[in-house]
Amino acid sequence: MGGQQRVYRQRIRSTQSLKKIFRAMELIAASRIGKARDRVTAAAPYAKALTRAISAVATHSSVDHPLTTERTDTNRVAVLVVSADRGMAGAYSANAIREAERLRERLIEQGKEVVHYAVGRRAVSYFNFRHREMAGQWTGGSDAPTLETAREIGNTLYEAFVAPAEEGGVSELHIVYTHFSSMVSQEPRVIRMLPLEIVEGVAEPGEDVEPLYDFEPSPEAVLDAALPRYIEIRVYNCLLQSAASELANRQRAMNTAVSNAEDIIRQYTRLANSARQAEITQEISEIVSGADALAAS
Amino acid sequence: MAGALTVDVVAQDRTLWSGTADRVIAPSVEGEIGLLANHEPVLALLRAGTVRVREGSQTHEFAIEQGFVSFDHNVITIGCTPAESDEG
Repeated sequence: MGGQQRVYRQRIRSTQSLKKIFRAMELIAASRIGKARDRVTAAAPYAKALTRAISAVATHSSVDHPLTTERTDTNRVAVLVVSADRGMAGAYSANAIREAERLRERLIEQGKEVVHYAVGRRAVSYFNFRHREMAGQWTGGSDAPTLETAREIGNTLYEAFVAPAEEGGVSELHIVYTHFSSMVSQEPRVIRMLPLEIVEGVAEPGEDVEPLYDFEPSPEAVLDAALPRYIEIRVYNCLLQSAASELANRQRAMNTAVSNAEDIIRQYTRLANSARQAEITQEISEIVSGADALAAS
Repeated sequence: MAGALTVDVVAQDRTLWSGTADRVIAPSVEGEIGLLANHEPVLALLRAGTVRVREGSQTHEFAIEQGFVSFDHNVITIGCTPAESDEG
């Protein structure tokens, strides 16, 4: 007896334990978002200082640095995709990868050859599955990126950029990451990091002409030393923003999963109840008809 | 009295110190550079060494590995990689 009931009860139990897991993941993501956002804020002053310094060099001296001029000797371009290590974050990784694919198509239309770099296991497995070569991949710690990882990625990209064409040098560098605009809105974005476009705002409104800096030791040396740092900090910023976005996405996805689990539990509870009721009704009618049959005989 | 200089010492992932000071001494690649109020705008690379920020009788010291200092309208920004990067 009670076969149907048992099936329902079992489903309810398994859904309940899934719900607990989802709830835990939601809470973990929620508690980490704050920290991730703080890290984004903490990294901002350095990035601002460095950006200001670089644009000062670029505007005040007619330096013809390789990093600021377009390369014409190669049509290879690098694309760095930042994704998550784990799923369970809604469409977070899928969105970033889709944006990267769109960028790739656009670049190929322009007659460029795309070299992929991937951060996060999701992007790596995406490219592996499609048998696309990656020039570099970094996995692990996508929800709490360290400065060391950023430095490593920055160096790799910088080296690819300054390498001669025949050794796999690239002429442009794009990053696809997920911008964290607020807790409820994160969007995948593409930035072209290199060559630098010297438009980035230093122009504080109302400010008089930029001061004439005295460069020590020389503008070229300052630019040489500052640019790898700049790449590094931009990559770091992208990683941090993506991490915050990943966590926000995960929190939202898990929240939805919890309420779905609750819906399912409610539904199965109803089914189990009606199965029990049906069983009882059937037993009563069997007893009553049995008694009737005995009385009639 | 409050110093005449506004100083920010920032590392890549955090702000190390910020406030006002009278004098900043930084190890530039061409030798120690001392910055007082109304210095001319300068942008210098730093080598490994110690950045000293003097504020009245107090001195704050930061050991750095490399970095840069920019001085502009009495605002000093020191972007650096701290030595022993894991000290925080």
